[in-house]
Amino acid sequence: MTENILVICEQRDGKLQKVSTELIGKARQLIEKKQGQKVVALLMGDKIAGLAQDLVNHGADKVVYVDNPALKDYMTETYTKAACAVLKSENPDMVLVGASSIGRDLAPRIAARIKTGLTADCTTLEIDDETGELLMTRPAFGGNIMATIICPDHRPQMATVRPGVMVALNPEQKTGEIVDFAVDFAPEDTNVEILETTMITKESKDITQAAILVSGGRGVGANFAPLKELADVLGGEIAASRASVDAGTAHKDMQVGQTGKTVRPEVYFACGISGAVQHTAGMEEAALIFAINKDTTAPIFDVADVGIVGDVHKILPKLVNRIRNEK
Amino acid sequence: MKIIVCIKQVPDTNEVRLDPKTGTLIRDGVPSIINPDDMCGIEAALQLKDQYGCHVTAITMGPPQADVALREALAMGCDEAYLVSDRAFGGADTWATSSTLAAAIKKLGYDLIITGRQAIDGDTAQVGPQIAEHLGIPQVTYAQNIEKTEGNALIVQRQYEDRYQKIKITCPALITALSSLNSPRYMSVAGVVSAYDTKEVKLLTFEDLKDHVAEENIGLKGSPTKVKKSFPKQVKAQGVKHEVDEDEAVEIIVKKLKEHFVL
Repeated sequence: MTENILVICEQRDGKLQKVSTELIGKARQLIEKKQGQKVVALLMGDKIAGLAQDLVNHGADKVVYVDNPALKDYMTETYTKAACAVLKSENPDMVLVGASSIGRDLAPRIAARIKTGLTADCTTLEIDDETGELLMTRPAFGGNIMATIICPDHRPQMATVRPGVMVALNPEQKTGEIVDFAVDFAPEDTNVEILETTMITKESKDITQAAILVSGGRGVGANFAPLKELADVLGGEIAASRASVDAGTAHKDMQVGQTGKTVRPEVYFACGISGAVQHTAGMEEAALIFAINKDTTAPIFDVADVGIVGDVHKILPKLVNRIRNEK
Repeated sequence: MKIIVCIKQVPDTNEVRLDPKTGTLIRDGVPSIINPDDMCGIEAALQLKDQYGCHVTAITMGPPQADVALREALAMGCDEAYLVSDRAFGGADTWATSSTLAAAIKKLGYDLIITGRQAIDGDTAQVGPQIAEHLGIPQVTYAQNIEKTEGNALIVQRQYEDRYQKIKITCPALITALSSLNSPRYMSVAGVVSAYDTKEVKLLTFEDLKDHVAEENIGLKGSPTKVKKSFPKQVKAQGVKHEVDEDEAVEIIVKKLKEHFVL
């Protein structure tokens, strides 16, 4: 067995997903404690060899890619088979996977097949100074408590991490080892048939990538227009708490929190959001948090850098005007 | 078609509160519910039953108290219910839970298995795919629509962040249900009566399953992961709360945005 860390990267339609480089960035940080060991990136797909250099530039020492027409679209069995073949050959000590709807389908299947532990949606990954084990910390009970999980007797130690939780390194031109790994697929490996794929056209951008988020909750009611105006004037996006999504005011894609997305913007405006742990679990890492809420006892004020007790619908229009004048 | 629905009894995490002094969970008085995604799994199975006359079995692994969750599943219209319960199964992580449930499912026989996407107390989404792996059958996760087609095949609409796909899958197979799949039906009065009077919750212990799963693959011993510690969430240093009029509030926000070079 090696002491290497392997990152299972994700591409869709030949486009590298950001969570992959975020995890390579994290693996680089972890590998510092394991001198002489490598960060290995695994990439699977069809005609994806061209993406390998990008992974090297983001910090991978070695890229192993499996390029095969059978991997054109993500399918559980073909991807599990390819990943298990590479894991057997590479024998890493740790495996990191993005907790996307693909990673969360693939990683448990791999872990069950090779009989090892898997810890989902980790928010902190550290190496134990004494044992060298991976300490995988994740929220549990709807984000109400944190649990640190270890995998003492099975290897590799596997963890999934949500997009936006770790930070990618800035790419630099680097040289690394790039390996074309062949996997033989049998016809029965393709055990489902994709009949059609429909892209979801989004009204707003991906909130996990936004630098500024203006987020609304129950206290906003059905009218998100003032939030949208503030987001527009600041060049940000709008987001929402579960209450607004459940009420049908906001789309599920906009939901921040334990059951939604984890975001880490520069600025987060929590408007009319009470601040249940369920919500704050997804946004408390924001660099600067404003909370506006009528209820002076709302728990959102505990995580906010600046709390304003007041009415969102009265404050936001004035704020938008003021910022417009500023520009 | 024989459908097995896997459900989990969970504490309603929306109702969980922390003891402000000790930072520990206050579990007293927190209601136990059937995990919301699993409710949609039950409903999906019952809709297939309504249309095609399938036989629906609900199973759960848990302590004896989980009987209530199975009674609710019976009251909704499931035909049979099994409680997989034994001290030997205790302390299981997702690997051992899925190998135990897979053993029970193998014993009962099945064409289709439906689980919820994930449980609200753990949020791992791992047990469904891992059951499928232990049984060596295909899976479609994140299902937002299920239709039966010719023979033993189903067409499942599978959701991704940026797209959805229509996927044809042939039984035996496993599907994990999203909460957007359907709106679970309510229990009927007659259903509740029959759930307690005529229907029964049958128990499956390790003794019943030992032909299908080895002792080293269940419970704490069969679990590759261990909880090293759990702790309350660190609350970050509290900021400043202003109770001021709107114009002053605007000035405070603008000043802060300037300090951070946003403006």
